[in-house]
Amino acid sequence: MNREKRIPAGFALLLGLLALLLVCNLLAGSTRIPLDEALRALFSPRSADTSASVLWSIRMPRLLSAAILGGALAVSGFLLQTFFLNPIAGPYVLGVSSGAKLTVALAMIFCLSRGTAIHSATLILAAFVGSMVSMGFILLASRRLRGMGMLIVCGVMIGYICSAVTEFVITFADDSNIVNLHNWSMGSFSGVAWGDVAASAAAVIPATICAVLLSKPMGAYQLGENYARSMGVNVPRFRTALILLSSILAACVTAFAGPISFVGIAVPHLVKRLFATAKPLVMVPACFLGGSVFCLFCDLIARTLFAPTELSISSVTAVFGAPVVIWMLLTRKRGEMA
Amino acid sequence: MSDILRTDSLTVGYGEKAVVAALTLRAEAGKLLTLIGPNGAGKSTILKTLIRQLEPLGGAVWLSGRELKSLSQTELARESAAVLTERPRPELMRCFDVVAAGRYPHTGRLGTLSAHDRAVVQETMELVGLEEIAEQDFERISDGQRQRVMLARALCQEPKLLVLDEPTSFLDIRNKLEFLHLLRMLAREKHIAVIMSLHELDLAQKFSDEIVCIRDGRADRIGTPEEIFTGDYIGALYGVERGRYEPIFGSVEPEGLSDPPQVFVIGGGGAGIPIYRRLHRMGIPFAAGVLHENDLDTPVAQALASHVILEAAFEPVSPERVEEAKQRMLQCRYVLCPLESFGSMNRANEALRDYAQAQNLLAPLDEWGIE
Repeated sequence: MNREKRIPAGFALLLGLLALLLVCNLLAGSTRIPLDEALRALFSPRSADTSASVLWSIRMPRLLSAAILGGALAVSGFLLQTFFLNPIAGPYVLGVSSGAKLTVALAMIFCLSRGTAIHSATLILAAFVGSMVSMGFILLASRRLRGMGMLIVCGVMIGYICSAVTEFVITFADDSNIVNLHNWSMGSFSGVAWGDVAASAAAVIPATICAVLLSKPMGAYQLGENYARSMGVNVPRFRTALILLSSILAACVTAFAGPISFVGIAVPHLVKRLFATAKPLVMVPACFLGGSVFCLFCDLIARTLFAPTELSISSVTAVFGAPVVIWMLLTRKRGEMA
Repeated sequence: MSDILRTDSLTVGYGEKAVVAALTLRAEAGKLLTLIGPNGAGKSTILKTLIRQLEPLGGAVWLSGRELKSLSQTELARESAAVLTERPRPELMRCFDVVAAGRYPHTGRLGTLSAHDRAVVQETMELVGLEEIAEQDFERISDGQRQRVMLARALCQEPKLLVLDEPTSFLDIRNKLEFLHLLRMLAREKHIAVIMSLHELDLAQKFSDEIVCIRDGRADRIGTPEEIFTGDYIGALYGVERGRYEPIFGSVEPEGLSDPPQVFVIGGGGAGIPIYRRLHRMGIPFAAGVLHENDLDTPVAQALASHVILEAAFEPVSPERVEEAKQRMLQCRYVLCPLESFGSMNRANEALRDYAQAQNLLAPLDEWGIE
């Protein structure tokens, strides 16, 4: 297929998949809801019947947050890949998600111990602080380390440290909180409330729009920092913007769904292959859609495969995402990762 | 005023450390200005400063009559473009996309190409001879094509100044020549001032309008190639010790042998050169004679031989030189003579060959592996 037609076709495919998965996610689950009943319930959100309440207070916020946060993760991954000029960068492997996880766990335990409910905005803020701290370490390391492989190893180490501290903190938290926290720290879209959806949308949508607005300098930056500068990119400001945006996006995801693996690397790669381009103006919206589709699909599996037992979302994304990353590593030319 | 770029006692370097100081340059529209000098002399540092990738440590750079630091990023990108030494590896970009990236300072907020932008990209690709590979993946083209793509990308910025850091270093000889021809044509036709660094001295000499020699933290000499490529200056500029650079032909000769000659070569008219090279390679010290100062063999003999017997240009060989040659021959174990016919001005060498034969010194060439 030629390139001009490939882009609209790609978007059509992703939108089609998105619509299909939204419907599937709405209908599938431990409570069976037939299509006609679902339709009826959808148009009477206030009705007291079980289907309506399952749809409106459980499934809808859950699928929306999977769509929004999945998109955020994929865009965050794409921004980090642009920043490091390397396709295996992502919020999870660089330890950014784990940094956010640690601070969110601390914030949750602090609030729970004082008996106060934690506000969504507080969660995002805590996650943002954590992701920025991890990011700071990665940036410091990237100045001294030669080669992307070493940087990824460094990121994975930071991730382990943060996860270990999180586990430690959770172990010593009050018993009643543990179950909740433990679920969250494994990564899950369960128990998302409408308030969380609104808060994540309020952070993710503006951040994604900003990412679209950065697509012009991102395109120049793909030729390397010095070429970008010679074409008129304000490199320090651009790099700061990339870091802030990718951290906000990754932080939102961690705040509401915990750390989710591989979406940030696998989705941009799949989307690039699908569209046969890496143009940021196409990639940012396409990654968002791709991330939504990917996470809705994975959440569907997490909820239904062994229902009523629910899998952690991260284990499902790993099953589907990690092979993509391996495939990508194997098909790339030698020396490109250096 | 046709000066595109001017520097006033510019000091360049990294951080506190000055690499090159007191640099005063002028780059004119349509002209090629080349920086030469040894590795680490600061050529790249100068070029980076001229395109504002580095802050000057002192002095000023003026671009189209405005001070460099007063330009906005976009203004700067419209005035000057660069071909750098780094090799970009963009994913999934066609050559067209890479060239089109050069429209950056001319496109709008989202960087989408207008019809005019597309026309400029198209035109530039044709000018540089890339129309056939426009749709190919940038990562799958040859080094020669890649460098042309990077040149076309720079041209798409529609700059008045083009700065190139060692643009021909990775190219084969054909691509080196084509690239420099292209550069000269573009400079002349588009009235662009070109500043570049080259390591290929022979090409720098033949393609540059002006040459700046950077050495020991300063511009050692600035001038036309004819002013720079004289005598032993190039050897001195680079601190060449084991060999010499022949400025007339732009050729390099290795260090000669200095032991007492074992072989005497009667040469002339270029016939001696392959024998000199072979003997030099075999490590056999030799003497060459009798050569005229303006003979084709002379520069090579002077570089490689232990001893050269020279006669003044356009003079018949004097009896003194013949006598000197005979003495030399008698000290050698063999005499080689690649010449088969001798001109009327060269009867003395014919006589020398006959003398060698009479002394039983003349060795057949094929024994030396020379046809």
